Amino acid sequence: MPNILVVEDSPTMRQLISFAMRRLPNANVIEATDGVDALKKLSEGRKIDIILADINMPVMDGLKLVSLVRGNPEYKDIPIIIITTEGAEEDRRRAMEIGANAFLAKPIQTQELLNTVKKHLGLL
Amino acid sequence: MKKAEEFLSIFKKGEEFTKSLLKENERLRYRIAQLEEALRQSTNEARIKLYEEKIQILEEELRSLKERFREVEEENKNFAQRYIEVEEENNNLANLYVASYQLHSTLDYSEVIKIVIEIIINLIGAEKFAVMIIDEKTNELVPEAAEGINIDEIPRIHLGEGIIGRVAKEGESYFADSLLHPEEIDPYNPLVCIPLKIKEHVIGVIVIYSFLIQKRAFSNVDYELFNLLAGHAATAIFSSRLYTQSERKLTTIQSFLDLLKEKPKR
Repeated sequence: MPNILVVEDSPTMRQLISFAMRRLPNANVIEATDGVDALKKLSEGRKIDIILADINMPVMDGLKLVSLVRGNPEYKDIPIIIITTEGAEEDRRRAMEIGANAFLAKPIQTQELLNTVKKHLGLL
Repeated sequence: MKKAEEFLSIFKKGEEFTKSLLKENERLRYRIAQLEEALRQSTNEARIKLYEEKIQILEEELRSLKERFREVEEENKNFAQRYIEVEEENNNLANLYVASYQLHSTLDYSEVIKIVIEIIINLIGAEKFAVMIIDEKTNELVPEAAEGINIDEIPRIHLGEGIIGRVAKEGESYFADSLLHPEEIDPYNPLVCIPLKIKEHVIGVIVIYSFLIQKRAFSNVDYELFNLLAGHAATAIFSSRLYTQSERKLTTIQSFLDLLKEKPKR
Protein backbone atom coordinates (compact mmCIF):
# COMPACT_ATOMS: atom_id res chain seq x y z
CA MET A 1 0.00 0.00 0.00
CA PRO A 2 1.90 3.12 -1.14
CA ASN A 3 1.62 6.18 1.09
CA ILE A 4 1.49 9.27 -1.11
CA LEU A 5 2.04 12.71 0.38
CA VAL A 6 0.34 15.48 -1.62
CA VAL A 7 1.65 18.94 -0.72
CA GLU A 8 -0.46 21.70 -2.27
CA ASP A 9 -1.97 24.89 -0.87
CA SER A 10 -4.82 25.09 -3.37
CA PRO A 11 -7.73 22.93 -2.12
CA THR A 12 -8.89 22.42 -5.70
CA MET A 13 -5.53 21.11 -6.87
CA ARG A 14 -5.07 19.10 -3.70
CA GLN A 15 -8.40 17.40 -4.20
CA LEU A 16 -7.71 16.85 -7.89
CA ILE A 17 -4.31 15.25 -7.27
CA SER A 18 -5.59 13.17 -4.35
CA PHE A 19 -8.53 12.05 -6.50
CA ALA A 20 -6.13 10.91 -9.20
CA MET A 21 -3.80 9.17 -6.73
CA ARG A 22 -6.66 7.19 -5.19
CA ARG A 23 -7.00 5.46 -8.53
CA LEU A 24 -3.71 3.69 -7.89
CA PRO A 25 -4.24 0.27 -6.31
CA ASN A 26 -4.43 0.48 -2.50
CA ALA A 27 -2.97 3.98 -2.46
CA ASN A 28 -3.19 5.91 0.78
CA VAL A 29 -3.14 9.67 0.24
CA ILE A 30 -1.95 12.06 2.93
CA GLU A 31 -2.54 15.76 2.30
CA ALA A 32 -0.45 18.72 3.42
CA THR A 33 -1.13 22.39 2.75
CA ASP A 34 2.50 23.63 2.64
CA GLY A 35 6.11 22.59 3.23
CA VAL A 36 5.94 22.87 7.02
CA ASP A 37 2.76 20.81 7.15
CA ALA A 38 4.47 18.24 4.87
CA LEU A 39 7.47 17.95 7.24
CA LYS A 40 5.03 17.48 10.11
CA LYS A 41 3.26 14.68 8.24
CA LEU A 42 6.64 13.09 7.42
CA SER A 43 7.63 13.12 11.07
CA GLU A 44 4.47 11.33 12.17
CA GLY A 45 6.23 7.99 11.69
CA ARG A 46 4.30 6.74 8.69
CA LYS A 47 6.54 5.55 5.84
CA ILE A 48 5.97 7.90 2.91
CA ASP A 49 6.65 6.31 -0.49
CA ILE A 50 6.41 9.39 -2.69
CA ILE A 51 5.88 13.16 -2.35
CA LEU A 52 4.00 15.31 -4.86
CA ALA A 53 4.63 18.98 -4.17
CA ASP A 54 3.70 22.34 -5.61
CA ILE A 55 6.41 25.03 -5.75
CA ASN A 56 4.47 28.17 -4.90
CA MET A 57 3.06 27.71 -1.42
CA PRO A 58 2.81 29.92 1.63
CA VAL A 59 4.91 29.33 4.79
CA MET A 60 7.37 27.00 3.04
CA ASP A 61 7.58 26.52 -0.72
CA GLY A 62 8.13 23.29 -2.58
CA LEU A 63 11.79 23.87 -3.43
CA LYS A 64 12.69 24.48 0.21
CA LEU A 65 10.78 21.31 1.09
CA VAL A 66 12.77 19.32 -1.50
CA SER A 67 16.12 20.56 -0.15
CA LEU A 68 15.11 19.79 3.45
CA VAL A 69 13.88 16.32 2.56
CA ARG A 70 17.07 15.59 0.61
CA GLY A 71 19.14 16.82 3.54
CA ASN A 72 17.49 14.45 5.99
CA PRO A 73 19.03 10.94 6.00
CA GLU A 74 15.69 9.47 7.02
CA TYR A 75 13.75 10.87 4.05
CA LYS A 76 16.46 11.53 1.45
CA ASP A 77 15.49 8.59 -0.77
CA ILE A 78 11.79 9.43 -1.06
CA PRO A 79 10.96 10.26 -4.70
CA ILE A 80 9.65 13.82 -5.10
CA ILE A 81 7.55 15.01 -8.02
CA ILE A 82 7.17 18.75 -8.47
CA ILE A 83 3.87 19.99 -9.91
CA THR A 84 3.80 23.67 -10.71
CA THR A 85 2.54 26.45 -12.92
CA GLU A 86 6.16 27.42 -13.64
CA GLY A 87 6.72 25.67 -16.93
CA ALA A 88 9.97 27.23 -18.10
CA GLU A 89 13.01 25.01 -18.68
CA GLU A 90 14.95 27.03 -16.12
CA ASP A 91 12.39 26.18 -13.39
CA ARG A 92 12.56 22.54 -14.35
CA ARG A 93 16.37 22.53 -14.18
CA ARG A 94 16.37 24.28 -10.82
CA ALA A 95 13.92 21.78 -9.34
CA MET A 96 15.92 18.82 -10.65
CA GLU A 97 19.20 20.30 -9.42
CA ILE A 98 17.99 20.50 -5.84
CA GLY A 99 16.87 16.88 -5.94
CA ALA A 100 13.38 16.55 -7.41
CA ASN A 101 12.87 13.32 -9.34
CA ALA A 102 10.34 14.65 -11.83
CA PHE A 103 8.78 17.93 -12.83
CA LEU A 104 5.24 18.34 -14.17
CA ALA A 105 3.81 21.64 -15.33
CA LYS A 106 0.22 22.69 -14.69
CA PRO A 107 -2.39 22.27 -15.95
CA ILE A 108 -1.62 18.67 -15.13
CA GLN A 109 -2.49 15.82 -17.43
CA THR A 110 -3.83 13.20 -15.02
CA GLN A 111 -2.58 10.25 -17.04
CA GLU A 112 0.90 11.72 -17.26
CA LEU A 113 0.85 12.32 -13.50
CA LEU A 114 -0.31 8.75 -12.80
CA ASN A 115 2.34 7.29 -15.09
CA THR A 116 5.09 9.38 -13.47
CA VAL A 117 4.00 8.33 -9.99
CA LYS A 118 3.74 4.67 -11.03
CA LYS A 119 7.21 4.85 -12.55
CA HIS A 120 8.75 6.19 -9.33
CA LEU A 121 6.85 3.70 -7.21
CA GLY A 122 8.13 0.86 -9.43
CA LEU A 123 4.62 0.00 -10.58
CA LEU A 124 5.37 0.36 -14.28
CA MET B 1 20.61 -102.83 -65.28
CA LYS B 2 17.06 -102.04 -66.11
CA LYS B 3 16.45 -100.95 -62.55
CA ALA B 4 19.41 -98.67 -62.73
CA GLU B 5 18.11 -97.09 -65.90
CA GLU B 6 14.68 -96.73 -64.30
CA PHE B 7 16.26 -95.14 -61.23
CA LEU B 8 18.29 -92.81 -63.42
CA SER B 9 15.19 -91.90 -65.39
CA ILE B 10 13.27 -91.24 -62.18
CA PHE B 11 16.21 -89.28 -60.80
CA LYS B 12 16.36 -87.15 -63.99
CA LYS B 13 12.63 -86.54 -63.79
CA GLY B 14 13.11 -85.65 -60.16
CA GLU B 15 15.94 -83.34 -61.14
CA GLU B 16 13.83 -81.70 -63.83
CA PHE B 17 10.93 -81.41 -61.45
CA THR B 18 13.17 -79.88 -58.83
CA LYS B 19 14.61 -77.46 -61.40
CA SER B 20 11.14 -76.48 -62.54
CA LEU B 21 10.15 -76.07 -58.90
CA LEU B 22 13.16 -73.86 -58.29
CA LYS B 23 12.39 -71.86 -61.42
CA GLU B 24 8.77 -71.49 -60.39
CA ASN B 25 9.93 -70.51 -56.92
CA GLU B 26 12.21 -67.90 -58.38
CA ARG B 27 9.42 -66.60 -60.63
CA LEU B 28 7.06 -66.41 -57.67
CA ARG B 29 9.65 -64.64 -55.54
CA TYR B 30 10.16 -62.16 -58.31
CA ARG B 31 6.39 -61.71 -58.60
CA ILE B 32 6.09 -61.22 -54.84
CA ALA B 33 8.83 -58.64 -54.96
CA GLN B 34 7.03 -56.94 -57.85
CA LEU B 35 3.75 -56.95 -55.93
CA GLU B 36 5.41 -55.75 -52.77
CA GLU B 37 7.00 -52.90 -54.67
CA ALA B 38 3.66 -52.08 -56.32
CA LEU B 39 1.94 -52.24 -52.96
CA ARG B 40 4.57 -50.03 -51.35
CA GLN B 41 4.28 -47.54 -54.14
CA SER B 42 0.51 -47.49 -53.94
CA THR B 43 0.71 -47.06 -50.14
CA ASN B 44 3.16 -44.16 -50.52
CA GLU B 45 0.94 -42.46 -53.06
CA ALA B 46 -2.05 -42.90 -50.78
CA ARG B 47 -0.05 -41.54 -47.89
CA ILE B 48 1.21 -38.64 -49.94
CA LYS B 49 -2.34 -37.91 -51.00
CA LEU B 50 -3.46 -38.13 -47.41
CA TYR B 51 -0.65 -35.88 -46.28
CA GLU B 52 -1.37 -33.44 -49.04
CA GLU B 53 -4.98 -33.31 -47.93
CA LYS B 54 -3.87 -32.85 -44.34
CA ILE B 55 -1.46 -30.10 -45.36
CA GLN B 56 -4.25 -28.41 -47.26
CA ILE B 57 -6.52 -28.58 -44.22
CA LEU B 58 -3.74 -27.33 -41.96
CA GLU B 59 -2.91 -24.52 -44.36
CA GLU B 60 -6.58 -23.59 -44.38
CA GLU B 61 -6.63 -23.64 -40.59
CA LEU B 62 -3.44 -21.61 -40.49
CA ARG B 63 -4.92 -19.07 -42.87
CA SER B 64 -8.09 -18.89 -40.81
CA LEU B 65 -6.06 -18.60 -37.56
CA LYS B 66 -3.92 -15.87 -39.07
CA GLU B 67 -7.08 -14.09 -40.14
CA ARG B 68 -8.55 -14.50 -36.64
CA PHE B 69 -5.26 -13.35 -35.13
CA ARG B 70 -5.36 -10.25 -37.29
CA GLU B 71 -8.97 -9.64 -36.24
CA VAL B 72 -8.14 -10.14 -32.55
CA GLU B 73 -5.09 -7.90 -32.92
CA GLU B 74 -7.28 -5.26 -34.50
CA GLU B 75 -9.87 -5.70 -31.73
CA ASN B 76 -7.09 -5.40 -29.15
CA LYS B 77 -5.89 -2.19 -30.74
CA ASN B 78 -9.45 -0.88 -30.70
CA PHE B 79 -9.87 -1.91 -27.06
CA ALA B 80 -6.53 -0.31 -26.15
CA GLN B 81 -7.58 2.86 -27.92
CA ARG B 82 -10.99 2.73 -26.26
CA TYR B 83 -9.31 2.13 -22.88
CA ILE B 84 -7.18 5.24 -23.38
CA GLU B 85 -10.27 7.22 -24.36
CA VAL B 86 -12.22 5.94 -21.33
CA GLU B 87 -9.26 6.76 -19.07
CA GLU B 88 -9.07 10.23 -20.56
CA GLU B 89 -12.82 10.62 -20.13
CA ASN B 90 -12.48 9.47 -16.50
CA ASN B 91 -9.71 11.97 -15.89
CA ASN B 92 -11.75 14.74 -17.48
CA LEU B 93 -14.81 13.82 -15.43
CA ALA B 94 -12.67 13.80 -12.29
CA ASN B 95 -11.44 17.31 -13.14
CA LEU B 96 -14.99 18.49 -13.75
CA TYR B 97 -16.22 16.80 -10.58
CA VAL B 98 -13.50 18.43 -8.47
CA ALA B 99 -14.10 21.84 -10.07
CA SER B 100 -17.85 21.58 -9.57
CA TYR B 101 -17.45 20.23 -6.00
CA GLN B 102 -15.12 23.07 -5.06
CA LEU B 103 -17.34 25.74 -6.63
CA HIS B 104 -20.31 24.64 -4.55
CA SER B 105 -18.34 23.90 -1.39
CA THR B 106 -18.86 27.35 0.11
CA LEU B 107 -21.27 30.26 0.26
CA ASP B 108 -18.56 32.76 1.04
CA TYR B 109 -18.32 35.16 -1.92
CA SER B 110 -14.59 35.81 -1.68
CA GLU B 111 -13.89 32.08 -1.33
CA VAL B 112 -15.97 31.33 -4.43
CA ILE B 113 -14.01 33.93 -6.40
CA LYS B 114 -10.78 32.38 -5.09
CA ILE B 115 -11.92 28.93 -6.21
CA VAL B 116 -12.85 30.25 -9.67
CA ILE B 117 -9.35 31.71 -9.93
CA GLU B 118 -7.78 28.42 -8.78
CA ILE B 119 -9.73 26.50 -11.41
CA ILE B 120 -8.74 28.91 -14.16
CA ILE B 121 -5.05 28.71 -13.19
CA ASN B 122 -4.69 25.07 -12.26
CA LEU B 123 -7.16 23.29 -14.47
CA ILE B 124 -7.25 25.52 -17.53
CA GLY B 125 -3.71 26.87 -17.35
CA ALA B 126 -4.42 30.59 -17.69
CA GLU B 127 -1.71 33.04 -16.68
CA LYS B 128 -3.33 36.48 -16.94
CA PHE B 129 -7.05 36.80 -16.57
CA ALA B 130 -9.90 38.59 -14.85
CA VAL B 131 -13.36 37.88 -13.54
CA MET B 132 -15.78 40.70 -14.37
CA ILE B 133 -19.27 41.05 -12.96
CA ILE B 134 -22.12 43.08 -14.46
CA ASP B 135 -23.17 46.10 -12.46
CA GLU B 136 -26.94 46.04 -13.01
CA LYS B 137 -27.25 49.75 -12.23
CA THR B 138 -24.77 50.98 -14.83
CA ASN B 139 -24.94 48.03 -17.26
CA GLU B 140 -21.17 47.82 -17.10
CA LEU B 141 -18.78 44.93 -16.62
CA VAL B 142 -16.74 45.66 -13.51
CA PRO B 143 -13.47 43.78 -12.77
CA GLU B 144 -14.02 41.76 -9.59
CA ALA B 145 -10.76 39.81 -9.45
CA ALA B 146 -7.65 39.51 -11.55
CA GLU B 147 -4.60 37.27 -11.67
CA GLY B 148 -1.26 38.04 -13.34
CA ILE B 149 -2.49 41.51 -14.22
CA ASN B 150 -3.21 44.54 -12.08
CA ILE B 151 -6.96 44.86 -11.54
CA ASP B 152 -6.68 48.63 -12.02
CA GLU B 153 -5.44 48.04 -15.58
CA ILE B 154 -8.71 46.40 -16.53
CA PRO B 155 -11.28 48.93 -17.66
CA ARG B 156 -15.01 48.87 -16.99
CA ILE B 157 -16.73 47.80 -20.17
CA HIS B 158 -20.25 48.59 -21.35
CA LEU B 159 -22.47 45.72 -22.46
CA GLY B 160 -22.04 45.24 -26.22
CA GLU B 161 -18.74 47.13 -26.29
CA GLY B 162 -15.92 45.24 -28.03
CA ILE B 163 -15.32 41.51 -27.68
CA ILE B 164 -15.88 41.40 -23.91
CA GLY B 165 -19.01 43.56 -23.97
CA ARG B 166 -20.44 41.52 -26.84
CA VAL B 167 -19.86 38.21 -25.00
CA ALA B 168 -21.65 39.63 -21.96
CA LYS B 169 -24.52 40.92 -24.08
CA GLU B 170 -24.98 37.91 -26.36
CA GLY B 171 -23.94 35.15 -23.95
CA GLU B 172 -21.73 33.37 -26.50
CA SER B 173 -18.15 32.39 -25.63
CA TYR B 174 -15.27 33.89 -27.59
CA PHE B 175 -12.08 32.03 -28.51
CA ALA B 176 -9.21 33.64 -30.41
CA ASP B 177 -7.88 31.74 -33.40
CA SER B 178 -4.61 30.80 -31.72
CA LEU B 179 -3.14 30.63 -28.24
CA LEU B 180 -0.08 32.71 -29.12
CA HIS B 181 1.50 34.13 -26.01
CA PRO B 182 1.17 37.89 -26.45
CA GLU B 183 4.05 40.17 -25.47
CA GLU B 184 1.67 42.84 -24.17
CA ILE B 185 -1.87 42.56 -22.92
CA ASP B 186 -4.62 44.54 -24.56
CA PRO B 187 -7.42 44.60 -21.97
CA TYR B 188 -10.01 44.90 -24.73
CA ASN B 189 -8.70 41.95 -26.79
CA PRO B 190 -8.62 38.73 -24.77
CA LEU B 191 -7.73 35.26 -26.04
CA VAL B 192 -10.82 33.79 -24.41
CA CYS B 193 -13.97 35.32 -22.98
CA ILE B 194 -16.55 33.12 -21.27
CA PRO B 195 -19.95 34.41 -20.18
CA LEU B 196 -21.04 33.51 -16.65
CA LYS B 197 -24.65 32.50 -17.23
CA ILE B 198 -27.55 31.42 -15.09
CA LYS B 199 -29.81 29.92 -17.72
CA GLU B 200 -29.81 32.72 -20.30
CA HIS B 201 -29.07 35.51 -17.83
CA VAL B 202 -25.44 36.68 -18.00
CA ILE B 203 -24.07 37.89 -14.66
CA GLY B 204 -20.47 38.44 -15.73
CA VAL B 205 -17.56 37.14 -17.78
CA ILE B 206 -14.22 35.41 -17.38
CA VAL B 207 -11.63 37.15 -19.54
CA ILE B 208 -8.36 35.33 -20.29
CA TYR B 209 -5.52 37.42 -21.74
CA SER B 210 -2.72 34.86 -21.74
CA PHE B 211 -2.00 31.25 -20.90
CA LEU B 212 0.91 29.56 -19.12
CA ILE B 213 3.92 29.15 -21.40
CA GLN B 214 3.48 25.37 -21.54
CA LYS B 215 -0.14 25.64 -22.66
CA ARG B 216 -0.07 25.43 -26.44
CA ALA B 217 -3.59 24.40 -27.39
CA PHE B 218 -7.02 23.71 -25.96
CA SER B 219 -7.96 20.13 -25.15
CA ASN B 220 -11.49 18.74 -25.04
CA VAL B 221 -11.60 19.04 -21.27
CA ASP B 222 -10.80 22.75 -21.55
CA TYR B 223 -14.03 23.36 -23.43
CA GLU B 224 -15.89 21.22 -20.86
CA LEU B 225 -14.33 23.31 -18.10
CA PHE B 226 -15.29 26.52 -19.87
CA ASN B 227 -18.86 25.24 -20.09
CA LEU B 228 -18.79 24.22 -16.46
CA LEU B 229 -17.44 27.60 -15.42
CA ALA B 230 -20.05 29.38 -17.53
CA GLY B 231 -22.83 27.64 -15.59
CA HIS B 232 -21.56 26.49 -12.21
CA ALA B 233 -19.27 29.42 -11.47
CA ALA B 234 -22.12 31.79 -12.32
CA THR B 235 -24.49 30.01 -9.94
CA ALA B 236 -21.85 29.81 -7.21
CA ILE B 237 -20.91 33.49 -7.57
CA PHE B 238 -24.53 34.62 -7.71
CA SER B 239 -25.74 32.56 -4.75
CA SER B 240 -22.72 33.37 -2.58
CA ARG B 241 -23.16 37.07 -3.34
CA LEU B 242 -26.84 36.89 -2.36
CA TYR B 243 -25.95 34.91 0.76
CA THR B 244 -23.22 37.36 1.76
CA GLN B 245 -25.58 40.31 1.17
CA SER B 246 -28.37 38.67 3.16
CA GLU B 247 -25.93 37.83 5.96
CA ARG B 248 -24.86 41.47 6.03
CA LYS B 249 -28.48 42.64 6.10
CA LEU B 250 -29.29 40.12 8.79
CA THR B 251 -26.42 41.42 10.91
CA THR B 252 -27.63 45.02 10.40
CA ILE B 253 -31.22 44.11 11.30
CA GLN B 254 -30.00 42.17 14.31
CA SER B 255 -28.01 45.20 15.45
CA PHE B 256 -31.12 47.38 15.11
CA LEU B 257 -33.16 44.86 17.04
CA ASP B 258 -30.52 44.74 19.75
CA LEU B 259 -30.58 48.54 19.91
CA LEU B 260 -34.38 48.58 20.19
CA LYS B 261 -34.30 45.92 22.90
CA GLU B 262 -31.86 47.93 24.97
CA LYS B 263 -33.53 49.69 27.83
CA PRO B 264 -33.50 53.48 27.49
CA LYS B 265 -31.00 55.06 29.87
CA ARG B 266 -32.38 57.48 32.33
